[in-house]
Formats: sequence, C-alpha cells, structure tokens
Amino acid sequence: MWSEQVINMIVKGIGETLYMTLASTFLGYLFGLPMGILLTVTDKDGLKPNAPIYKILDVIANIVRSVPFLILLIMIIPFTRIVAGKSYGSTATIVPLTVAAIPFIARMVESSLKEVDPGVIEAARSMGAGTLRIVFKVMLVEARTSLIVNGTIALGTILGYTAMSGAVGGGGLGDIAVRYGYHRWQTDIMIVTVILLIILFQLFQTIGMAIANRLDKRK
Amino acid sequence: MSEIVVENLSKTFLSKDGTVEALKNVSLQIESGDIYGIIGMSGAGKSTLVRCMNFLEVPSEGRVLINGKSLGDYSEKELRKQRESIGMIFQHFNLLMQKSVLENVCFPLYIQGKKKNAAHARALELLEIVGLSEKQNAYPAQLSGGQKQRVAIARALACDPKILLCDEATSALDPQTTVSILELLKDINRRFRITIVVITHQMSVVREICNRVAILKDGVVADEGLVSDIFTNPKSAVARELILGDSGNDLRIKSSNTPEEIQSGEKIRIVFSENSAFEPVIANLVLTFGEPVNILRADTKNVGGVAKGEMILEFLKGSTQTAEMKQYLLDHGLAVGEVTDYVE
Repeated sequence: MWSEQVINMIVKGIGETLYMTLASTFLGYLFGLPMGILLTVTDKDGLKPNAPIYKILDVIANIVRSVPFLILLIMIIPFTRIVAGKSYGSTATIVPLTVAAIPFIARMVESSLKEVDPGVIEAARSMGAGTLRIVFKVMLVEARTSLIVNGTIALGTILGYTAMSGAVGGGGLGDIAVRYGYHRWQTDIMIVTVILLIILFQLFQTIGMAIANRLDKRK
Repeated sequence: MSEIVVENLSKTFLSKDGTVEALKNVSLQIESGDIYGIIGMSGAGKSTLVRCMNFLEVPSEGRVLINGKSLGDYSEKELRKQRESIGMIFQHFNLLMQKSVLENVCFPLYIQGKKKNAAHARALELLEIVGLSEKQNAYPAQLSGGQKQRVAIARALACDPKILLCDEATSALDPQTTVSILELLKDINRRFRITIVVITHQMSVVREICNRVAILKDGVVADEGLVSDIFTNPKSAVARELILGDSGNDLRIKSSNTPEEIQSGEKIRIVFSENSAFEPVIANLVLTFGEPVNILRADTKNVGGVAKGEMILEFLKGSTQTAEMKQYLLDHGLAVGEVTDYVE
C-alpha cells in the first residue's frame, strides 16, 4: 500500500498544491489589489468618486463571485485553453483559480481599505497629499495588518479551491484524494491527503497571523 | 489685508432626508497673528467652516480668500500646494498609527519632495519644539493623548505654515493636558507668527488663548468680536448661554496674587448643601477666629439636580487653629475635605 510510488505521488501532490495555491494567490493579488483599490477610490465616499467605474467593477466582482468555483472551473475551460494551452494539469488550473481569486481578493482589499480611519485620510489631504500618495502611503500602510490577515484568508480559500480542481484533473492533493479515495475506495490515502491539507492550512494561517501581528504597530 | 477672509459662505449638504444647510451666509475676517476662536454647540457648523478654510469642504456659495487669493480659483494641484501652507490639527489627532513619531512628522515633508535625511533633520527640530525629542522612535499607540496632539502639531508645523487650523484640538484631552497644549499653541503663535484658528465648544479654551471670537449658531455667526468684549457684553442669547455654561471652571487657577502670608497654607474643599447656604459661614469663621482665609475658588454645581456650593479655602500658613476652624465648619453643617493636589 505505502509503496515508494504512492509516497512519491503524495510528495508531488504537495508540491503541485503549493504551486497552484501560491501562484494563483500571487496572480490574484496582481489583479485583485488594483481592483480593490479602484473599488475603494471610486466609491461614492472615496477619494475620487466615479459611479460608472465603481458600478462596472462591482457588477463584475459580484458575477464572478456568485458562480460556484466548480462550475466556473468547467465553464471557462475554453478560456483556460487559450491562456494555458491545455485545460488539465496544475499550470492550467491556475487560470480558473486566478479568475475566481481576483474578485474575492478585490473585495477583501476593499473592505480592508475602507477600515482605514477617514480622519487620517483627511489629515493627509489637509497636508496637500494627492490621491496616489494617500492610497500608497496612507491607506495601504494603515490597512497593512488587515490586508495581511485577509491575505491569509485568501490563501486558505484558494487552497480549498485547488482541492476542488482535483475533480477535473487539476493535480495536487485534491486530485489524489478524489482519484484514490473516491474512485478507488482507498480511504487511507484520502485521509492522508486530507491531513496534509489541514497541515498546510494551519501553516499558512500561523505564518500569516504571525507576520500580521509583528507588523502591527498599534499595540 | 486680512489673512483669511470668509465671504458670504454657505454650505449645503445633501442627505437622505433632504438638504442640510450647515453654514448660511457666513462672513469673517481673520488678521495675521490672530488666535481666532470659532465657538458653538455641536452641529453649529464650526467644523464645516474650518474645513472650508482649506477647501477640504468646498463651499456651496461664497468665497474663501487666503492673503487675498480665492481658494476657489485654484486648480486641484495649486490647491494642494496652498494646503501645504495651512497646517491642521484634529480632535482625534489623526496620526498614522503604523508609522513612528518621526515618520509621522516627516510625512508632509515627503509631500514637499524633501529627501529622507533632510526630512529627518527637520522633523527632529520640530519634535524638539513640541518637547518630544525622546519619543521619535515610538509609535502613536504608545503615547498619551497630549503627546499625540504634540506630534500632530509638529506635523502641522513641518512645512512652515502661515496658518494653523485647530479642529476641537483639545476636546479629547483632560484639563491639565488641555492647558499644556493651549500653552504650546500660544507659544507657536508668538514665536513663529502663525495665525491660529481654534474651533471649540469650550468657552474656557477661547478665554484662555483667543483674542477674537466668532460664535456660531445653526450655521450663522451670532456674535463676533474681541473676546474681552464678548465676555463683558455678550449681545446674542447663544453667547450668554456659552458664557454661563462656562461655570468658572478655569483651566488654570491663578493664585499668584494671593498675599504671601497666606500662600502655601493648608487647603480644604468645603461643600454647602441647601440648608447651610443661608448663613454667612465664612465671614463668621473669620470673625470668630480672627484669622483670614483665602478663597481660591467658589462655584456652584448641579449635583443630581441639587445646587451645591463648592469652595476651595486656604488657611494661613503656619496657623495653629486649622483643626478648630475645620471643626467649626463641620459644626455648621458643611462638608469638609482635604485638598492636596490643588496646584497652579
């Protein structure tokens, strides 16, 4: 049962899961962070209220977020093929993972930035700071702790999504759990993969919270 | 030419239940070097008015002129430049909580395009002025309210402003700290010739530092003039109300005029209840013992709906009769308490 082959497969699975999670979280932030900033800035109480831009981003975020990930995964296979060249495997799975992560991350960035004390923003304005400076030197700095906490949550959620992508041949621990645990009734392998997922999740959570606490100067 | 001129200023806000007129046709002139108080109850529009002075709020009607130039004529970029010469401090300090004290003070310097070294050097000078040099590496969360406001003042002074706007700058502070911050503001006004606009709801603040005052009620200037004139002869009802509300609770009690012989004697606090208020107890005390007492403070306070008279008395230094005198007061139905921390 615990042949070298199985162990190698699980080790490879951990690598794929980490690869998918970290790559899609990174790409998710690459697009989600600017989107979240735009949502905050263009909102009616924002620094540069702009109803059309806000509404468009708002609707896009809501549409993508309302499609369950498993369905999104299948629905955008043609798009995945265009971007990644194929629709299966870890690298291809990063495409739907990123698509799902962007609006999710944008919303969390938006909520973090909206927590920033309006008084501090007003003070920056009173000193003659422009919009870009306020975003990068005030809002992102003041919201740092909340952004990192939310980043940890995003990482955990995307880790969960990678497991789902296993159902359609995405690779990683989720894939192993579905193939061996469900299709072949090898419960022990499924349990091992689940335990490994739990450990990964704990690891992300612990590291994320430690960084957030270390960087928080409010206490 | 007045440094700040507010001309027929009106500001209307749109809210869910229609429009709110925060300011109605307000006109003011603030001269260079003034410490100008704007006082009113909450909701009178004073915070809106001060925000119109640096265009954090854009007036619906009317103009604001700084040194003869209308803020409304500036482009967005010019307005930001102009704001650099108008410092502002706030009730809740509004410091960057994730940045050190030094970096907070550097913030406006970076806006001006100063390099890190130059900004640090200037920030240290400013921290010296506000008396917080040793806290440069602390974070705002580690400071007291008064210290936070000092950092905010240093930050507001960083760009050598000509004008300093103070929005309820002492309202979140205790009386002692309020005094020290007001003293700092006074000092800044004198040393750097900075015109200061003070928004407050406390008459005591106006009395302490302002030379001129405008009283705002429901978005209208109800009274305006020299503080001493308004005090002796308040024309409007709201001015009288504010002055009466200022129940003699001086922020700082000066007893430096007290004759030397009764300075630094034992101090007590006595409280008159209703039945003891009719008899001239203090006069009788002095007559009985043939020894003067100094009344440092007298006040009536509403305690749970009952008017209580309160006095702080100081006995003659080295008096041998204090024990008997206290007993005399007790016998006449007064509450007597020790005062140990009554200092100027």
